[in-house]
Amino acid sequence: MADMRDFGEMDADDKGGVHDYSYEDTGAVDASPGLTPSQTVGPFFAYGLTPGPYGYAFPEIHKTDLAGADVAGERIEIIGHVFDRDGVRVHDAVIEIVQADASGTYVHAPRNDGFTGFGRCGTGAQGKDADTHFKFRTVKPGASQRGAAPFVTLIVTMRGLLNHMITRMYFPEDDLARDPVIAQVPETRRGTLVAKNAGPGRYRFDIRMQGPEETVFFDL
Amino acid sequence: MPETAFSDYKSTATRAPSLEPVKLEGGWDNSASLRPVWPDLAKRDADLTINGRVNGDPIGERIVVEGRLTDEAGRPVPGALIEIWQANAAGRYVHREEMHAAPLDPNFLGAGRCISAADGSYRFITIKPGSYPWGNHRNAWRPAHIHFSIFGAGLAQRLVTQMYFPGDPTLRYDPIFNATRDARIRNRLISRFSIEDTVPNWAHCLKFDICLAGAYGTPFEEGHDHG
Ligand SMILES: [Fe+3]
Repeated sequence: MADMRDFGEMDADDKGGVHDYSYEDTGAVDASPGLTPSQTVGPFFAYGLTPGPYGYAFPEIHKTDLAGADVAGERIEIIGHVFDRDGVRVHDAVIEIVQADASGTYVHAPRNDGFTGFGRCGTGAQGKDADTHFKFRTVKPGASQRGAAPFVTLIVTMRGLLNHMITRMYFPEDDLARDPVIAQVPETRRGTLVAKNAGPGRYRFDIRMQGPEETVFFDL
Repeated sequence: MPETAFSDYKSTATRAPSLEPVKLEGGWDNSASLRPVWPDLAKRDADLTINGRVNGDPIGERIVVEGRLTDEAGRPVPGALIEIWQANAAGRYVHREEMHAAPLDPNFLGAGRCISAADGSYRFITIKPGSYPWGNHRNAWRPAHIHFSIFGAGLAQRLVTQMYFPGDPTLRYDPIFNATRDARIRNRLISRFSIEDTVPNWAHCLKFDICLAGAYGTPFEEGHDHG
């Protein structure tokens, strides 16, 4: 195999062995009823989940631009990178955003303005040597609850994660002090949930999987 | 480390969060009403033996993969977006960065999608994927599997997982399958061969029912299954 480094799986020093997990005897134990467990998205999702930007021959159904001409609201751009423990940019993450419209209303049926409130972007669409960012064009959501600040929900998954993570992006210009969710986050970590201004209508929101500025993720 | 990491699956070491997720009191705002709208899908999107066709049929064993989406109360989950992707019969992905020295199939892409029906059912026609090696350790082979991404009603019904095949001898050595530590939960990921629904003279049928959390983000006892 020419280059497995790109998948982060090959460890040159480790020729060590196959683990046999048969102590839990895969064939002999019946599945119990209940939730289907999560498994990693793996490295090869691009042609299934985000075929368009990666140039695969499968029609794209998801958008990175949620702000069509008929959608009301302030146009914004959200751009960010995903960093691993070592500060390396993750080039095989899938980022999904879910948000309310400019009036704070969530979508639950097709709308005349075409707003879906959902976007998806892979971080490797430009190839492994490129910038590996995610980027969305959308409208700034309105506050959807009294006293709560506007936010965008992000669903984050990648090779090397057993299950997806959920976080929120808040806006630096808003009053976050009384937001009921922010209030539940340890004060020292709140900053990881707030985007940085990156010019007019432009926000930078980096996601750090580990390290001193590890992004806050939520359990619903 | 939270349950998001599993040391035998090496890349979790640098990517799985080191801190527990923040447990919220009072839920996630409007997640109850948060139901993304999906576009209408072409019928061929769910038939992987057709949607990658260039000049003939894809090579390999044709199979039907079908099942039902329900929530924990057994209620059907209609309208969910189900997206799948997989290797071809030789164990090779179309993905450009895949290096396994096995042939591509010019007539097979390996991606499909559909929306669950009113009774929560879904159905794909595809080719049985092959096993492929990966670099986690010496002789690491992924058991044959199909990747699933599901988006039901609300954030609580987001699920990314993998479906496996019954009787696969490599399952017991795979740190990804075994990253779900409890065997009784893990074995929910193994599809079941159904002779009743096998289509005569045409294709084996594999059943894979999927159980999602409640639509309203309410915590359940087994909520950690997703973690
Ligand atoms: Fe795979």
